[in-house]
Amino acid sequence: MSIDLGLPELGGLADVPTASDSDAPQKAKDYKSDQEVRWCPGCGDYIVLNTMQSFLPTLGLKPENIVFVSGIGCSSRFPYYMNTYGMHSIHGRAPAIATGLATSRPDLSVWVITGDGDALSIGGNHLIHALRRNVNFKILLFNNRIYGLTKGQYSPTSQEGMRTKSTPMGSLDHPFNPISLALGAEASFVGRALDSDKKGLTEVLTAAAQHRGSAFVEIYQNCPIFNDGAFDVLKDKDEAARRIIPLRPDEPITFGPENEYGIVRSGFAGLETAKVSEVGIDNVVVHDPTVTDPAYAFALSRIGGQELEHTPTGIFRQINRTTYDDAARAQVAQAAEAKPADLQALLRGNDTWTV
Amino acid sequence: MSRETTTSPANATTDVTKLDRVVIRFAGDSGDGMQLTGDRFTSEAAAFGNDLATLPNFPAEIRAPQGTIPGVSSFQVHFADYDILTPGDRPDVLVVMNPAALKSNVADVPHGGILIINTDEFSKRNLTKVGYDANPLEDGSLEPYQVYEVGMSTLTQGALADTGLGKKDAERCKNMFALGLLSWMYHRPTESTERFLAEKFANKPQIAEANLLAFRAGWNYGETTEAFANTYEVAPAKLPQGTYRQITGNNALAYGIVAAGQQSKLPVVLGSYPITPASDILHELSKHKNFNVTTIQAEDEIAGIGAALGAAYGGALGVTSTSGPGVALKSETIGLAVMTELPLLVIDVQRGGPSTGLPTKTEQADLLQAMFGRNGESPVPIVAPCTPGDCFDIALEAVRIALTYRTPVMLLSDGAIANGSEPWLVPDVADLPDLSVEFASEPNAMDGSDEHWPYVRNTDTLAREWAVPGTPGLQHRIGGLEKADNQGHISYDPDNHDRMVRLRQAKIDGIDVPDITVDDPGGNARVLALGWGSSFGPIGAACRRVRNSGMDIAQAHLRHLNPLPANLGRILESYDTVVLPEMNMGQLAMLLRSRYLTDIRSYTKVAGLPFRAAELAEVFTDIINDTEGSGEADHVLTEATE
Repeated sequence: MSIDLGLPELGGLADVPTASDSDAPQKAKDYKSDQEVRWCPGCGDYIVLNTMQSFLPTLGLKPENIVFVSGIGCSSRFPYYMNTYGMHSIHGRAPAIATGLATSRPDLSVWVITGDGDALSIGGNHLIHALRRNVNFKILLFNNRIYGLTKGQYSPTSQEGMRTKSTPMGSLDHPFNPISLALGAEASFVGRALDSDKKGLTEVLTAAAQHRGSAFVEIYQNCPIFNDGAFDVLKDKDEAARRIIPLRPDEPITFGPENEYGIVRSGFAGLETAKVSEVGIDNVVVHDPTVTDPAYAFALSRIGGQELEHTPTGIFRQINRTTYDDAARAQVAQAAEAKPADLQALLRGNDTWTV
Repeated sequence: MSRETTTSPANATTDVTKLDRVVIRFAGDSGDGMQLTGDRFTSEAAAFGNDLATLPNFPAEIRAPQGTIPGVSSFQVHFADYDILTPGDRPDVLVVMNPAALKSNVADVPHGGILIINTDEFSKRNLTKVGYDANPLEDGSLEPYQVYEVGMSTLTQGALADTGLGKKDAERCKNMFALGLLSWMYHRPTESTERFLAEKFANKPQIAEANLLAFRAGWNYGETTEAFANTYEVAPAKLPQGTYRQITGNNALAYGIVAAGQQSKLPVVLGSYPITPASDILHELSKHKNFNVTTIQAEDEIAGIGAALGAAYGGALGVTSTSGPGVALKSETIGLAVMTELPLLVIDVQRGGPSTGLPTKTEQADLLQAMFGRNGESPVPIVAPCTPGDCFDIALEAVRIALTYRTPVMLLSDGAIANGSEPWLVPDVADLPDLSVEFASEPNAMDGSDEHWPYVRNTDTLAREWAVPGTPGLQHRIGGLEKADNQGHISYDPDNHDRMVRLRQAKIDGIDVPDITVDDPGGNARVLALGWGSSFGPIGAACRRVRNSGMDIAQAHLRHLNPLPANLGRILESYDTVVLPEMNMGQLAMLLRSRYLTDIRSYTKVAGLPFRAAELAEVFTDIINDTEGSGEADHVLTEATE
């Protein structure tokens, strides 16, 4: 049974102060810190950083109300390069730290920057619990399918059989599908984008920022040193057209150079690809990320596979669900209204005697 | 113990004996409600105005197999007409509900002590279960004691015959029968228990009525059966004037945190994961959200402290509560708090270790973990309460240090203090310290630019500024990587690291800590009994015994373990011998020896239970005799009173 706390349905930034008209218009450079960016040349993180710096001015927030919290790993250096508030924390724990921050500070736009090792290996527990609670912060998972900072061991998203420094005979681990995992934790917002797709990434980030609750965004990100070309098949124009399945709300899910393929229902709650000419456009699934049952989005996340034969991108799921932090603040407010904060009365209690 | 007997005019068959103090232990099966019984008796003693101290002792299993030794749960209460320091070494009265409780507790009762035994449970089967070959009620083994045999189960069932309650449910009220009987024997006021039962079972009127009937039946049994030749009176204690309440250490700690939030005008955010014996802090704080307290029951220990640190970064009073195993998991985040220099309160209610150890028993073996249990040079201030009531004051003190010096602070309580209770002089809120803080509001760059440099320090405290997100113009980044002095950018410079390590150490070493005071009534002591944490009571009681036997001994107790009081070295030097009892293998002794290059006589016991005053009094006597040399006749411990 859910408790009615009288919570309004608001956007993710509803309590965050906006820049006033008198403030100078923001530009990407306003969000660049004075620190030299020290990722390897050609790292996908640069593109995500640039996209973020170009995108933030569009939110119209005050820079001081934006916080980036990261864990450990290459991507977790991200906060140092943003001219906002930021905390580079410890391995895997950023969602836990962000939970405390977002719960006590509704006036902040909080972003967690993490990687496949940080979020899915050492920090897996915090990730699923943040998503289940639906705390109002955004989690950007930079997935390069490798441990970069420690120089090239396999990660929880590396393909089976992958030869790395720690798996000379091939990795034995079955990898996580991060989107499936997030949906299994009942995340209220789940999206995916490619580092190289500035437009697509910006669209997902914009929707994530406006979403009230935990927003989980997987970003396929190339590591040019230890796993170069992991996503090349999605970046080659012809291959990308065949493999990437763009998810657009309220539109039939079609893909292919001529949109000749589509997604149709299959078996028990499943989805599969089919030729539109064979099934007819009326049988192609119209994308609806607001479906309450996560089974639909989960079925979408199972299309394709580790070899990236097909890769849906965009917003898999976006539903309204009470956020933990709103509910926690509402309880505090309710308690304060019901009973004044009389410290002396608390200390006295009900059973006293006088000497 | 002093006693004085008169014949009660009201009831010529029963004499009333006046006692100055009594120790009663209720013992039974885990399912027998002994903790509740003890707790109620304690409340009655408190309401009557006695000084008191309690020692709950229960198994870690929620319900061990019924009627077995591992399933025995007990609650000891010591109450007196003067200020007492401990829950008592040995019970004067032992109430046992079954053979297992008798077998596991009777050895603690001094000869001549009173046993009140529920005979209904002494079936052959129950006796065999705990390894009694013969019935101890019949084989003469209890001859050294005053034994009262009472069929509590059948008497309770009889009293509840008309309630319509099933036999089994009726029998479950026998703990209230025992409470009623003991309340009669010790002339306790009963109103608070009657009110308590009505409130506790407000939604189950039949159960409320049954418990009340059983309670009254126990009282009436004592009054009417003439089985008991004596009743006892313990007059109210002459405590300092004021308003008192009964309080446990965990509750006092929770109140201290609420008070610290109010006095600092900061919202409190507790991130915690359930763990014995610290969970009651989470439970209590979750009841007081009206004081702008948020409690987050996190997915694990690490997330608990993570949420607290995240909230502290945002300008809240971040608190996490746990026990030793939880501290092990939180260590990395404590290190991050050391590095980011954010205020944070870390509460460790110590229990028996290592590993899962003895979850429900007490120990003080986490001192070195608190002191050194992190990677790198990672100094953290440490404070420890000495009584249940002191938990309130120590919480405020810990928060003062955390806020003033922007540092995580370890607060080391323990199982004995956490679950033990005592009368507490309710503080006047007007007397509480002002803990208000100032957040940074202006850029502080030392090069005159309009930037915020996160590691510029206050020249007095060496604390950095607390610039919370949302403050215009002060955007900055912090984190676990080493930071450049003042400016706060990532720095791998060797000299800078050396300087920052020393600055962090100097900040903690420079914390303003009150001097330690010494209690030496005669002024001639050559031996100092030093302690920390919950051993304050037994050490103090032992010192009283030693002094009552005509010897001199000084006592001093540390509430600040890091940094240590500035005058401690001088104090240690001024005694021929310093004896330091600890419920560990000598952890503070090790710290003091290395710090002051002075010897410490370490006396250690790690039994999961507090020291006994009698045991420490003997240790102290031996050490006094050692110290004073062979020229004179040895002192003898003659006085058992405290």
